[in-house]
Amino acid sequence: MILARVVGTVVATRKDPRLVSNKLLVARPMDPQGKPEGNYLVAVDTVDAGVGETVLIVSGSSARMASGMKDCPVDAAIVGIVDHVEVTQGQ
Amino acid sequence: MQIAKVIGDVVTTIKDAKLSGITLLVLQPLDPDGNATGRTLVAVDAVGAGVGETVFFVRGKEASFPFHPIEVPTDAGIVGIVDHWDVER
Repeated sequence: MILARVVGTVVATRKDPRLVSNKLLVARPMDPQGKPEGNYLVAVDTVDAGVGETVLIVSGSSARMASGMKDCPVDAAIVGIVDHVEVTQGQ
Repeated sequence: MQIAKVIGDVVTTIKDAKLSGITLLVLQPLDPDGNATGRTLVAVDAVGAGVGETVFFVRGKEASFPFHPIEVPTDAGIVGIVDHWDVER
């Protein structure tokens, strides 16, 4: 799983029927210190996250194990809103 | 599976119900010399690891298998704590 900051929303009228009524957010992966790294991605939101929040994203087929995502065509799902990250060792 | 060092932990209040009660740790993958390599990631802990320990973890859907039959939504999971490891060169 990766840490990411939610930076935007996605609106799509035409989409796979199994994605209907799911919220899609744009997220930017980041390291534990909060520094952005890697490419933006679109993730399905299962925990009611919002723009500006730090979230936990699960990728790949595991994203379908998030609640309500069974058999949905998704490869990234937001499964947690991060309160804080504590890194006690240097990288 | 890959070897990594546990460098921190993640606290979340609002999360998928199947993740409740499960420890989330920040991992830094290691190269054969024990140096940090690649991006850090967050993994669920299935073995009771702690910060500072060297562990090995599994990626993909298999990361949820230790919690079977609960389908924990995770793509990385710690499945062992490394006592010591050697690489012949």
